Amino acid sequence: MPSEREIRRRIRSVRNIQQVTKAMQTVAASRMRRSQQAVLASRPYEERLRTILNELAPYTEPESHPLLARRETKRAAIVLITTDRGLVGALNTNIIRLAIRHAQSLPGVTFVAVGRKAIGQLRRFHQTTAAEFSGFSERPTIADTSIVARVAMEEFVTGRVDEVFLAYTRFVNTLRQVPTLRRILPLVPEDEDLDALPRLQYIFEPDPETVLEAVLPRLIELTVYQAALDNAASEQSARMVAMRNATDNASELLDDLTLAANKARQGRITKEMLEIASGAEALGKG
Amino acid sequence: MPLHLEVITPERPVYEDDVDMVVAPASEGYVGILPHHAPFFTTLGPGEFKVKKGGVEEVLAVFGGFMDVRADRVVVLTDAAEHAEEIDAGRAQEARAKAQQALAAGPLSAADEQRARAALQRALIRLRVTEGRRRRR
Repeated sequence: MPSEREIRRRIRSVRNIQQVTKAMQTVAASRMRRSQQAVLASRPYEERLRTILNELAPYTEPESHPLLARRETKRAAIVLITTDRGLVGALNTNIIRLAIRHAQSLPGVTFVAVGRKAIGQLRRFHQTTAAEFSGFSERPTIADTSIVARVAMEEFVTGRVDEVFLAYTRFVNTLRQVPTLRRILPLVPEDEDLDALPRLQYIFEPDPETVLEAVLPRLIELTVYQAALDNAASEQSARMVAMRNATDNASELLDDLTLAANKARQGRITKEMLEIASGAEALGKG
Repeated sequence: MPLHLEVITPERPVYEDDVDMVVAPASEGYVGILPHHAPFFTTLGPGEFKVKKGGVEEVLAVFGGFMDVRADRVVVLTDAAEHAEEIDAGRAQEARAKAQQALAAGPLSAADEQRARAALQRALIRLRVTEGRRRRR
């Protein structure tokens, strides 16, 4: 049984920790609101762009643009998006595990690491990386993520890889973030059943090739941007929840410790009373 | 039949409404779009994007992207779009002066010159958009 003083000391230290986690929870909650808004505000753009790709599908043959080229997969690239900082529960562990497991099912893999946690873990697992990026996980801008997308497209277009996957944590809501892995290259229109669509006779300006050249890379850039925003919203949500759990655990621990301290105090007082009583008794006899 | 217009940037939707006509800075020059237009797809340059609705004209500054036109709707996906009232004319003037100075100061590397020219163009578009707003008042 630890002494009363030891318990009091622990209570003080748990209370300090609780103050810290409480502060981090508040910070994460306000950032969470901002990054959740950002991810929701950017969704219409990506959805529209995807619709447009499907509309352009009748004009896209696999050979009409390098980003559409389908090849047998000898090597693939995985763009792995994680956070820069920790204290986000199992968020990074889950997505890294998903990516590495997928990598094992492929004949050969090059990673593009985004976020300090991805960089560190991929080094630890001795994985080859084509490029490493960090410093924008909490607030990605399109300029940051476009560089990532361009590296991925470069790997694909030069033929160093035949497929590109994107692994990130998709934001659903504050309590739910889903590790997600999907193929982004080669670009394949979602609707394979093209004959069912009414075929519009589009006029292209300046010409279909130039339009494809403008739209396709943009779509990849946007997909990566959207994933980074999703990841940022997931990061803040997971951190908020992790910190709230830590604060709650600290409260529980404080209750237990306070109880233990009171018991110890009660024990000490009882012991003192006994000593006084037996002392008085001894005096009375003498 | 009205024309349903959406202007969307990666950061946010900027404009959505039923309008009578739009004039857009397409790759081959400004194009006017009225309802019942044939399906049309074009890349956009930076420029003034005009929206006419009930005799009132509103001007946005848009910077690159594309426009998808159908008979009853227009979707503009652009890298950046700004309403006239969002533009800080003072800052645009500063940007214009800075770019002009950089270009006048003499030989620049190709990349720097391109950057300065792009900055100048953006500043000029912003200024034109804000001036148009002042004229109408």
